[in-house]
Amino acid sequence: MKKSIIKRIKSKKRFFPLYLMLLPGMVYLFINNYIPMGGIIIAFKQYNYRKGIFGSAWNGLKNFVFLFKTNDAWIITRNTLCYNLVFIILGTTAAIAVSILLSEIRKERAKKTYQVVILLPYLISIVVVSYIVYGFLSSEYGCMNHLLPWLGGDKVMWYSTPTYWPVILVIVNLWKNIGYNTVLYYATLIGIDPSYYEAAVVDGATRWQRIRYITIPSLIPTISILTLMAISKIFYSDFGLFYQVPMNSGPLIDVTNTIDTYVYRGLMETSNIGMSAAAGVYQSVVGFVLVVAANWIVGRFDKESTLF
Amino acid sequence: MVERSKTFQIVANCIMILLCLFCILPLWLLFASSITEERALLDYGYAFFPRVIDFSAYHYVLVESTQLVRGYFLSAFTTLVGTVCNLTLTTLFAYPLMHKNLPGRKFISFFVFFTMLFNGGLVPSYIMWTQTFQIKNTIAALIVPNLLLNAFNIIMMRTYLTTNIPEEIMDAARIDGAGECTILLRIVIPMSKSILSTLALLVGLGYWNDWQNGLYYINKDYLYSTQVLLNKMLMDTQFLMSSASQGLSIDTSALPSTGIKMAIAVMGILPVLVVYPFLQKYLVKGITIGAVKG
Repeated sequence: MKKSIIKRIKSKKRFFPLYLMLLPGMVYLFINNYIPMGGIIIAFKQYNYRKGIFGSAWNGLKNFVFLFKTNDAWIITRNTLCYNLVFIILGTTAAIAVSILLSEIRKERAKKTYQVVILLPYLISIVVVSYIVYGFLSSEYGCMNHLLPWLGGDKVMWYSTPTYWPVILVIVNLWKNIGYNTVLYYATLIGIDPSYYEAAVVDGATRWQRIRYITIPSLIPTISILTLMAISKIFYSDFGLFYQVPMNSGPLIDVTNTIDTYVYRGLMETSNIGMSAAAGVYQSVVGFVLVVAANWIVGRFDKESTLF
Repeated sequence: MVERSKTFQIVANCIMILLCLFCILPLWLLFASSITEERALLDYGYAFFPRVIDFSAYHYVLVESTQLVRGYFLSAFTTLVGTVCNLTLTTLFAYPLMHKNLPGRKFISFFVFFTMLFNGGLVPSYIMWTQTFQIKNTIAALIVPNLLLNAFNIIMMRTYLTTNIPEEIMDAARIDGAGECTILLRIVIPMSKSILSTLALLVGLGYWNDWQNGLYYINKDYLYSTQVLLNKMLMDTQFLMSSASQGLSIDTSALPSTGIKMAIAVMGILPVLVVYPFLQKYLVKGITIGAVKG
């Protein structure tokens, strides 16, 4: 009796149901993720809807040559990279400051409430965020254009004045993500061994010294890992933030066009599939190189924290 | 010393309160605008303090217009179906991966993981879903592309299972004659309620807030979920008028359209705001474990 059970446990047959469980997920990932990877050959073709992917004629690197000849290629790369850099630097600094402040607050109730409130914007869909921004900036009804004259300023046509948008987008991004980033750093902070702080207090360290010599050094691994991960995604942008929040406004395009919005517009609005696909491949390939490189660097610091 | 510490607490609390105001005031503007009378909106714009309080925008949105109510049901439906399917697929995928001696486990892990490193981008996906699968203007378009299963969740779930469910319990069940399905249903799932709640929250939020699938694949207004409807209304100010005039009895010139926009936006976030305080714990958990690996 016992032998037969052990035999069954050891036999390869018992893996069969496990493979069956894996099947639906494998099929889905194959369709949703792997087939489009093969589909990047579109970028090397002169795509024609009627002929389909395989029927369309090969085009070599023409799409890429055209793409990089335009001014767009430079603008979308610059915008994607610069916005992300600013987001990373400001977002990280703000989140570290807020999480340290939060950990210094003594009242537990207050601490909880603050955490709940600052995480709220993270839950709001970017479409609703664009309504909120519209509420502030609409040229006729916006709250800003009713406040500015009252404060002695002039009305501004926000949705057609590019100069303000880099600042607006940075503020919106900060508003939306500060809670999320704070939660990440705060989780590390509450993991710091309290005996360090007790010893420091006994030695007469001031609050600032405790933060400077205990808290910040303990945060460094988290900071470097999260930053490297953010850098590995630096070629991708939040499509909603750059397309939806400026309401796809034409005059703003120089400061709001990123690789993702360029790909979308090429596909849906201007039917420039070849260039759109080429920009997509450019993003995927550079993005891939960056992830692998970032991971390699993380691995040099700390084997545990790598993705692979 | 005590005095200084007290001042510090006051200053720290003040800064945090200011930050909370920064986070919450924009939402208040949205809400205040939605309950302001249309005339006051036209004269004084969207303001933090409504001059004349009036709920007619909500009356229109909830009673007179069928569009939002339909969108609401559609959003609820896709969120529910999508979340259930996603969790089922994720669990079915993560469970076999916790068997260390499963032949091919390394390959399967890599198969999942590689989707996080490289992707084909929007153009090939769009062409595949619309040409090969003919998904345009179907409910499936709101559920299937991109959102049904993702590598992050699989890895999160697998890590949770391998660290929280001892091998011995499963071996004991096997000796008692339990098959893999029984182990999954009777032991693993009951023991992973916490990770399942966390994932359900993240996935559900993703479905409720999703508008990109709608933007890409839907252009028939009877298939607009709440977020897609909001998106169309923002991009096309005429949309509200034209959809209202199809609804027969409404006099479009009297439509409080400035306030209605904001009322629909409020309705769009309401379910999230209602559920959030109860599930905040799981959300924080999800964010922290999600970021460590991924």
